[in-house]
Amino acid sequence: MSTYSFVLYVAGQTQRSQEALENLRSLCEARLRGAYELTVVDAVERPELAERWRILATPTVVRLRPEPPRRVIGDLSDLHRAALALGLPDEFGGA
Amino acid sequence: MAAGDDTLARVPTSINGFDRVALGGLPKGRCTLVTGTAGSGKTLFAVEFLARGRQRFGDPGVFVTFEEPPADIRRNAASLGFDIAAWEAEGTWAFVDAAPDIADEGPTVGTYDFRALVARIGDAVRRTGATRVSLDSLGAIFTRFPDKTVVRHELFRIATTLEDLGVTSVMTAERTDEYGSISRYDVEEFVLNNVVVLRNGLHQERRRRTVEIVKLRGAPHRTGEWLFTIDPRDGIVVIPLAFLPLGKGSVRRDRVSSGIPALDDMCGGGFFRDAVILLSGPTGVGKTLTALGFMVAGVDAGERCLLYTFDETQEQLRRSMAGWGVDLDRMDATGLLTLLSEYPETSSLEDHFIRIRRSVEEFRPQRLVIDALSALERIGTPRALLDFVIALGAVVRPRGVTTLLTALPGQLYPGPGGPSIAEQIASLTDVAVLLRYIESPGHVGRAVAVLQTRGSAHDHRVREVTIDDTGLHVGAPLKGMSNILAGYGSPLLDTGPWPAGTAEATSQPEPHE
Repeated sequence: MSTYSFVLYVAGQTQRSQEALENLRSLCEARLRGAYELTVVDAVERPELAERWRILATPTVVRLRPEPPRRVIGDLSDLHRAALALGLPDEFGGA
Repeated sequence: MAAGDDTLARVPTSINGFDRVALGGLPKGRCTLVTGTAGSGKTLFAVEFLARGRQRFGDPGVFVTFEEPPADIRRNAASLGFDIAAWEAEGTWAFVDAAPDIADEGPTVGTYDFRALVARIGDAVRRTGATRVSLDSLGAIFTRFPDKTVVRHELFRIATTLEDLGVTSVMTAERTDEYGSISRYDVEEFVLNNVVVLRNGLHQERRRRTVEIVKLRGAPHRTGEWLFTIDPRDGIVVIPLAFLPLGKGSVRRDRVSSGIPALDDMCGGGFFRDAVILLSGPTGVGKTLTALGFMVAGVDAGERCLLYTFDETQEQLRRSMAGWGVDLDRMDATGLLTLLSEYPETSSLEDHFIRIRRSVEEFRPQRLVIDALSALERIGTPRALLDFVIALGAVVRPRGVTTLLTALPGQLYPGPGGPSIAEQIASLTDVAVLLRYIESPGHVGRAVAVLQTRGSAHDHRVREVTIDDTGLHVGAPLKGMSNILAGYGSPLLDTGPWPAGTAEATSQPEPHE
């Protein structure tokens, strides 16, 4: 059972959506060794979910676990800052 | 989009008086920017645009809030009689809640857009079938996202999306000062076509709210700043409501009595039922007494009468009435007479107007007295007082309320100095009744003149007036008097006894000392 759980909100199949997904995946693979859950929600297709979770900007990553939840907005192009903001362990710490 | 007939189509806001300034409402299918400083009424404008549309026209609406939580908006709207929760339950109102919440805050890493918000708005519009959308307020979103260029670009996307959806929308934005650039973050660049500015300044130590339509897609609208007030029950009320059509074809030709038979004769048989009468005279000359006689005549004729006094308390007024032999118990028993007393200084002129209008709507009087208009000069500019009279006329004329306004002559007829606001006020009324002191060697008396009666023959002579225990009496024409209109009349020749020599016939008692 994974300790990390993420929801990535994107809007449509845009390049920005793809980049956000790739950046998040590569971060998780590198730092969590694949031990994570990731759900992708397209706000255009599921606006009611975006409404319920009060998502304004896309892409937005919501880290549901571990508690407390954290949010990061943007395509995560700065991997180092993204890792810090998402509270991921250091790359070399586990490697 | 090509300019066609549809560019002139308007959506009425139904905000009190605003559509008259906007000549019909906001451009249909377009986005209008409403800007103002803090406390200028932006949120209220956004709420009323939706709520009045839903209430009056059944238009579904979507409210996108960036600032106040929906619960606060529901509660504030309830005080204006809007049951937003009920509309939400029936699916004709939806909130898109984008208000800040500490749990939603997060840093930004890399590029982003507001497509999720656009998707939420689009979804809410489709779900409710909304034709109206309000977004309040854009400033809040700028403070939460660091990149102003991105935010501006994304707001442009939202505005474009709203226009593509075919909805008519209002966006509110902050201004830092009353007369600077249109909005704080230059958001006007994407809604350049339609801009409304709400101002909330201090003018001569009094709060002064105005609304100005800066542009409206090149469509015609009233220019300049228009006074408005925020009423606890009616919300935004723009004044004057002066552009009302003056009751086409509904001019009343029937007459009502002034309560003084001789004055009725001077006016050609009484006042027209829809007349506005200006009764001017110096202090103590008998204006209030004349006004009361006008009310009593109304009650005697079975008419509902409303008297607003700004000069006295209700107790003072009732005491005076009793002193003049008015049977107050009998008056009260009829239920036809309502006396209201207010201090001018307790409210702005706009607020007084709204209260008077509300009383007229609720009590439905056939006669209205305002005693005295001059007292209201203390709280407003001459221009505002003129607007007040114009707006009042628009309320009473279509309803056929015979309206008597009293005023001091000094302010209203300043004499030399050219046409004044006062003269403009006089020109707005149908009848001017002038009560004046007249002075002759060793004696001060009173005289009355009827200056104009619109569309009716009348007596141009100056007549003597006497006041005794039974009230005010109009007597014979005075000859050889001059300067009556200037305030204090005096004989042309200061020889000969008065009044015997100046009055044709003195059947009336001697004037009091």
